[in-house]
Amino acid sequence: MRKSVLTAIAAFALALPISAMGAEEEIHLPKQTWSFDGVFGKYDKVQLQRGFQVYKEVCASCHSLQYISFRNLEALGYSEGQIKALANEYDIDDGPDEAGDMFKRKGRPADHLPKPYPNDAFARASNGGALPPDLSLMAKAREGGPDYIYNLLLGYEDAPKDMTLADGMNYNKFFPGHQIAMPQQITDGRVTYDDKETPTTAAQISKDVTAFLMWTAEPKLEIRHATGFRVLLYTLFFTILAYLLKRRIWSRIEKH
Amino acid sequence: MSTEKSTARKIFEWHEQRLPIVSFIDHAVGSQYPAPRNLNYFWNFGSLAGFMLVTMILTGVFLAMNYTPHESMAFDSVERIMRDVNYGWLIRYMHFNGASFFFIAVYIHIFRGLYYGSYKAPREVLWWIGILILLAMMATAFLGYVLPWGQMSFSGATVITNLFSAIPVVGNTIVTLLWGGFAVANPTLNRFFSLHYLLPFVIVGLVFLHIWALHIPGSNNPLGIELTAKDKIPFHPYYTVKDAFGVGVFLLFYFGIVFYAPNLLGDVTNYMKANPLTTPPNVVPEWYFLPYYAILRSIPNKLLGVIAMFGSLLILFVVPWLDTSRIRSAVFRPVYKAFFWVFVVDCLVLGYCGSQHPEGLPLILSRVGTAWYFLHFLILMPVIGWLETPKPLPASISEPVLNPAE
Ligand code: HEC
Ligand code: HEM
Repeated sequence: MRKSVLTAIAAFALALPISAMGAEEEIHLPKQTWSFDGVFGKYDKVQLQRGFQVYKEVCASCHSLQYISFRNLEALGYSEGQIKALANEYDIDDGPDEAGDMFKRKGRPADHLPKPYPNDAFARASNGGALPPDLSLMAKAREGGPDYIYNLLLGYEDAPKDMTLADGMNYNKFFPGHQIAMPQQITDGRVTYDDKETPTTAAQISKDVTAFLMWTAEPKLEIRHATGFRVLLYTLFFTILAYLLKRRIWSRIEKH
Repeated sequence: MSTEKSTARKIFEWHEQRLPIVSFIDHAVGSQYPAPRNLNYFWNFGSLAGFMLVTMILTGVFLAMNYTPHESMAFDSVERIMRDVNYGWLIRYMHFNGASFFFIAVYIHIFRGLYYGSYKAPREVLWWIGILILLAMMATAFLGYVLPWGQMSFSGATVITNLFSAIPVVGNTIVTLLWGGFAVANPTLNRFFSLHYLLPFVIVGLVFLHIWALHIPGSNNPLGIELTAKDKIPFHPYYTVKDAFGVGVFLLFYFGIVFYAPNLLGDVTNYMKANPLTTPPNVVPEWYFLPYYAILRSIPNKLLGVIAMFGSLLILFVVPWLDTSRIRSAVFRPVYKAFFWVFVVDCLVLGYCGSQHPEGLPLILSRVGTAWYFLHFLILMPVIGWLETPKPLPASISEPVLNPAE
């Protein structure tokens, strides 16, 4: 019987990932190692700060991060003062005031990061008809998650000879269909990091911004990992106790 | 021995005479319910399903406190739960994955019933109520999946509600009623939320009837034979402690997923806000609906596909009469046992096909799988019952075989 239980569990365990698979053309995504992988995975705050810098200097001109406000960035290790100063760099639309007029004011920590375009139509018009999607949840909204974003950013190549790209499109080996409206963004030396040690290779920059986007998608990952460990330990303890108690109670009848 | 009663005892008895609720529970799942002493671990999944029902209601009520059922706010309100509500991420991941684990428990529970013949006389009504619970669960899970208003929520709602349009004459009226308009939109979301909140309590009612119906004949057992009083033991403490252990093991798997792979069972597409103008390349339901989805798509005609899909569930109602064998447990039915496992594999294959585009090999597999599904119930079950020579049955748990000489 115990064997059948195990078989049943194994059958289910096998069936689940199979059923989660899609049927699209398989594009192989080289897997990366991330600091947030695994049971004890954590974000590397210094890396997230670098990633935020990349977002701010490169991606923010086209992509919004609608679920992130300045104060959330405290989780990256910035101080309150730094957050205030950062918010202060932005002009935010507000209003109406007593006279009924809309006005601009300096950003505050509670404000959301400003969007690059006033509306989707404007965004499309500025990008040859393509809409740069919001990036807050991107790391959970694509098969492969962070591995996909990382490879996508580096996956620009010349199109194969037998393929003609539509106007304004770029060839990317990791994008489904291979024609993407976003031009290549990350090249060696695209940003200058404050610390002089971290290399500014395209790979490093892509890795940093991807880690940052994982944080925007799953900001509670660290507490989830930490809580999970304690919860599982406790559950294991409870299960062992329940098992011992079960053996003890059942020994009353199994004797005869 | 003193006959003096303590004050607490007196108060307790005073209350029990007026509302015997403790005795009621004790008879239902306590020391006054005689249970077979040979139940194996497959008998744990009933209580596990009940445990998951409670978990779903508790987490659901807390989600509803922060959720906004409006087409332009639902997705954002779920994100707010994930980011700003204290432990909102935990409640939502527990609810989301809880649905999967609820189905895991219930599916194992049902296959257990099919293996040990628990649907046979005198347990037909008990079996029926179980199927009603499955149907209500499926409706609840479908409605719930629409609530976060992601891209797959929207496409799933569109595809599934559209199925009803295949019904002749009244089909389109039904679809308009479900939608509350002429497309899946805000009124749809509002009524789905209302019904998603309601149905779990209907399930609670059905569970009461299920347990009531269970207590008329008592539990079946792995041997499938009628047991005498000496082969029975009180449910409490024997099975309460065994179920507690089962809950512990189950929780290890459940929490493992909730904390370390919370999005494994979900579709990435649902982390994009619903956009009525786009359709994902492959609209797939959650894994627990995949076999039915494969059956639906295996048939080129829409109406017939819908009939086959619902038929695959409704056929369970007549299983007690399709199975012509008088022996309950597959342990004594070598032929049925073999075909039972083939049937399990068939369901897994259908599940795989449901996740694939209905073309090429998956389409062929899903057609064969669908045919086999109905063949199993409509032909194999009655025929095996007639032709099979069962192994000799034991007279009781302690005496192995009735007439070994025969
Ligand atoms: C010049 C504007 C522009 C900039 C700058 C830009 N993007 Fe994009 N991005 C786009 C457009 C346009 C699309 C939509 C592409 C499409 O659908 O073909 C897009 C799409 C994406 C996608 C989604 C791809 C998919 O699977 O749908 C990701 C991820 C992405 N960008 C990441 C980034 C990152 C990270 C940066 C900063 C390093 C960045 N982008 C900078 C314009 C831009
Ligand atoms: C039979 C029990 C139940 C099942 C199987 C079930 C299933 C589901 C599913 C699959 C989702 C989608 C989760 C997601 O994709 O995020 C969901 C969402 C939701 N459910 Fe339930 N549910 C049950 C009971 C309840 C109850 C009793 C309530 C309220 C009292 C409730 C409230 C909600 C709310 C507010 C959401 C939207 C939030 C979200 O999507 O995370 N559920 N449910």
